[in-house]
Amino acid sequence: MSRKKDKLRKPSAEAFSRRDFLRGAGVAVSGGLMVGEQAAAAPPEGTTQVFGPGAVPITLKINGKPHKLNVEPRVTLLDALRNHLDTTGAKKVCDRATCGSCTVILNGSPVYACAVLVIEAQGKEIQTIESLTVGGKLHPISAAFVEHDAQQCGFCTPGFVMAVKAFLDKNPNPTLRDVEKGLGGNLCRCGTYVGVRQAVLEAAKAMKGGKAHA
Amino acid sequence: MPKCKYDWPEAGQRKLIGKPISRLDGPVKSSGQAKYTYDVNRPGMLFGKIVACPHAHAKIKSIDTAEAEKLPGVKVHLVQKVGTEIHWAGDEVVYVAAPTEELAKDAVAKVKVEYDVLPHLVHDEDLSKISDRGKPTAEQKSGDPDAAFKDPDAVISEGFYGTPIITHCCLEAHGQVTEWADAQSLKVWASTQNVSGLPSAIGEAIGVPATNIEIFSPYMGGGFGSKFGPDRWGIECAKFSKEVGKPIKMMLERDLELMMAGSRPSHYAKVRVAAKKDGTITAWESESWSTGGPAGGGKPPIPYVLNIPNQVTRHTSVSTNTGPARAWRAPNHPQSAVLTMCALDDLADKLQMDPIEFFHKNAGLAGERGEIYRQELLKAQELSDWKKLWHPRGDKTPGHVKRGLGVSMHTWGGRGHNSNCNVTINPDSSVEAALGSQDLGTGTRTVIAITAAETFGLPIEAITVKIGDSKYPASGASGGSTTVGGVSASTRRGTIDALEQLFAAVAPSLGAQPDQLEAVGGKIQVKAAASKSLTWKQACAKLGVKPIQVTGKNPGPCELGSSGVGGVEVADVSVDTETGLVKINKIVCVQDCGLILDMKTAESQCYGAMIMGITYSLFEEKIMDATTGRMVNPNMEFYKLAGIGDIGELVVHMMTGPGYDERGVIGLGEPPVISPGAAILNAVANAIGVRVPTIPITPDKVLAALEKGGVA
Repeated sequence: MSRKKDKLRKPSAEAFSRRDFLRGAGVAVSGGLMVGEQAAAAPPEGTTQVFGPGAVPITLKINGKPHKLNVEPRVTLLDALRNHLDTTGAKKVCDRATCGSCTVILNGSPVYACAVLVIEAQGKEIQTIESLTVGGKLHPISAAFVEHDAQQCGFCTPGFVMAVKAFLDKNPNPTLRDVEKGLGGNLCRCGTYVGVRQAVLEAAKAMKGGKAHA
Repeated sequence: MPKCKYDWPEAGQRKLIGKPISRLDGPVKSSGQAKYTYDVNRPGMLFGKIVACPHAHAKIKSIDTAEAEKLPGVKVHLVQKVGTEIHWAGDEVVYVAAPTEELAKDAVAKVKVEYDVLPHLVHDEDLSKISDRGKPTAEQKSGDPDAAFKDPDAVISEGFYGTPIITHCCLEAHGQVTEWADAQSLKVWASTQNVSGLPSAIGEAIGVPATNIEIFSPYMGGGFGSKFGPDRWGIECAKFSKEVGKPIKMMLERDLELMMAGSRPSHYAKVRVAAKKDGTITAWESESWSTGGPAGGGKPPIPYVLNIPNQVTRHTSVSTNTGPARAWRAPNHPQSAVLTMCALDDLADKLQMDPIEFFHKNAGLAGERGEIYRQELLKAQELSDWKKLWHPRGDKTPGHVKRGLGVSMHTWGGRGHNSNCNVTINPDSSVEAALGSQDLGTGTRTVIAITAAETFGLPIEAITVKIGDSKYPASGASGGSTTVGGVSASTRRGTIDALEQLFAAVAPSLGAQPDQLEAVGGKIQVKAAASKSLTWKQACAKLGVKPIQVTGKNPGPCELGSSGVGGVEVADVSVDTETGLVKINKIVCVQDCGLILDMKTAESQCYGAMIMGITYSLFEEKIMDATTGRMVNPNMEFYKLAGIGDIGELVVHMMTGPGYDERGVIGLGEPPVISPGAAILNAVANAIGVRVPTIPITPDKVLAALEKGGVA
């Protein structure tokens, strides 16, 4: 007989935690696009630089390496990664900043890559799931996802792993409650959250134990 | 000793079977290296997009693609002809393809289609408002329900219960990449549950021999019953790719994925049930109806699990313009559990009985599995602290947050499908198992490896599993919880036969007969004299240059699996009577499924099913607009899935060991997803003292129910 009890979670009288956030919707813009202070080539003060609508040359710094490409300014960071750079770890699912499957880390913060225009990612450090495995060795978070079976079909998993990385970078000693709050922006259809909760708490311990890398 | 040579090893002999083993493809998935269909980029590939009909019911008046075709590199393919009648919003009319995804979107916007709009129906909850769209089926009767209901001692409960249409919402949308290697040979990367079935299905539709079509699906991002066929987009994109001479990737946009790539039929029913005063159920009467889109909706298997002696059932199939139905994990069972277990819970309340005692008393109506249900009910009672936490309807404790418990039972078949497994033992000692199967995230790769490694006495890492390609021997589609039973049986038979050949090859050098050998701990050894052994590598070297290659089949000799499982789930919820919000405290799942191959992925199936069950119980509904006939929530902010903070504590208990293992391998994908709807609805009724009749249990429904009574 086997009985595995999900000991992590106890009923509590705490506030109801129904996912209630709504994020910005449309990201595709079909005309020229105005970009203010975030443009790489900063315009003179008080003016606004216009890009596009045709393709423009841009440079992205992905996982520490520069990549040059020509894209229309309306292209999202997610589509640039997947369609132009064949970097497909970040997944396209909702395409409107709801599910988190496209999560990458931008200047240390997790973002939905489907809701970031690629030209706005210029000059920033873009970290994708592809950077986590070094020399064939799994990152402690990825390893914890394996150990705790925090994945089934696996399509939400790369986004989840990146969200967990950004979360643990800022919350190295999370409680279960922190995990449930901090990772509410990633959705899974197969229902892997029990494994994810365990994986995050275990990965936090492993990373403190000096097993962490970049 | 096993009675039949392919039998599963006895409990004491199992090295891997039944242990918690991490899934083989875990590392490639959690490191982002697994390449799904959506991730395939081919040289010169175009991006395909769909021009969809915005009307729920319409006739195509004209199609004008001229403006779209002026865009650089844009190609157009007509899917429907002028004059065609469309039956749901989202149905495809024209495909476009372009060198970039952005340009393809521009092209979609430039295609002009005119329609004659026709009357539509998109709601079926109220049977009196379906006009002429209903088709009654013949009444079915057994026993004497009239007499049973007229019995003056009968306690009778009546109610209305239901489940609306929900969608599959696979995270990897439906779609494929089509590429012609030459004029006669097609390659398709497809997000599919049916690798071996697609070549024939596509080939027949486009007039190409199945042998010239190869399907690739090494990883796929969820199917849940919606990805068995090639779909129109698979067939038309094969043609479109040929027309333009380039590969085309077409994955559905999220809105179309939710609008038309699969829905679970609704089921509603007015139910009357009767019991004797001692709680013995005596009669059932139901008037049910359902829709799965234009084709209507089939009759649910009600009364569910319990075969009530006197029963009469009537059903009406309702044709609506809501998009076509597809099999959704345990087709018709979650709905039937709601219709049956909620009606019986209301009857238990009327009898002033504890529902677990009530179901326990009536478990004999489940037939030969009645005793198993009794054990499962008692285990669920224990694990949920039922005796301490359950109370009669309506939590009488002070405060506006009310707590309640509810129970439901379920059943499923799950016999293994037809499967072929090609087993190779190479002279260099490497071992391969190849099947035209697919891993939907259930752990199919892993159970194949466990089975082969167990037979050969090798570590799991020693087995190379090749699936997800139609060039491997045909294996069934992954649906109805049939995969684990099928692939494990074909792999077991193939590996036993291959091992026999290896024994024959090495027996002379061990000075023994082949039947005196065994494969244990990475060695081939003489059973009676374990010191006489060869390592696996030394043994394989005796093969010279000729690998052993055997095909194992299912079905085949020796019964390695069976059909029929049961399970019980208990939900523990809190309901805020001021806001109407329902919070899951805990769900307990007690499940039997015969012999478990991998305890870790088996438990994951239960956890995942319970979470999917919480999601459809609290959040999911394909919300249709009566006026426009369109789905109003075809996106993931309003078609809600539960998040990590919504699921509470989950407890899984697998019924294994003597009495269970002898049944062999039985599938587990469907069963645990069946009961959450009924269990959570019953828990809410127990908490607030009044019945919320349908899922999803949204705050407005809770507050509406409380208007009629209950604790608030």
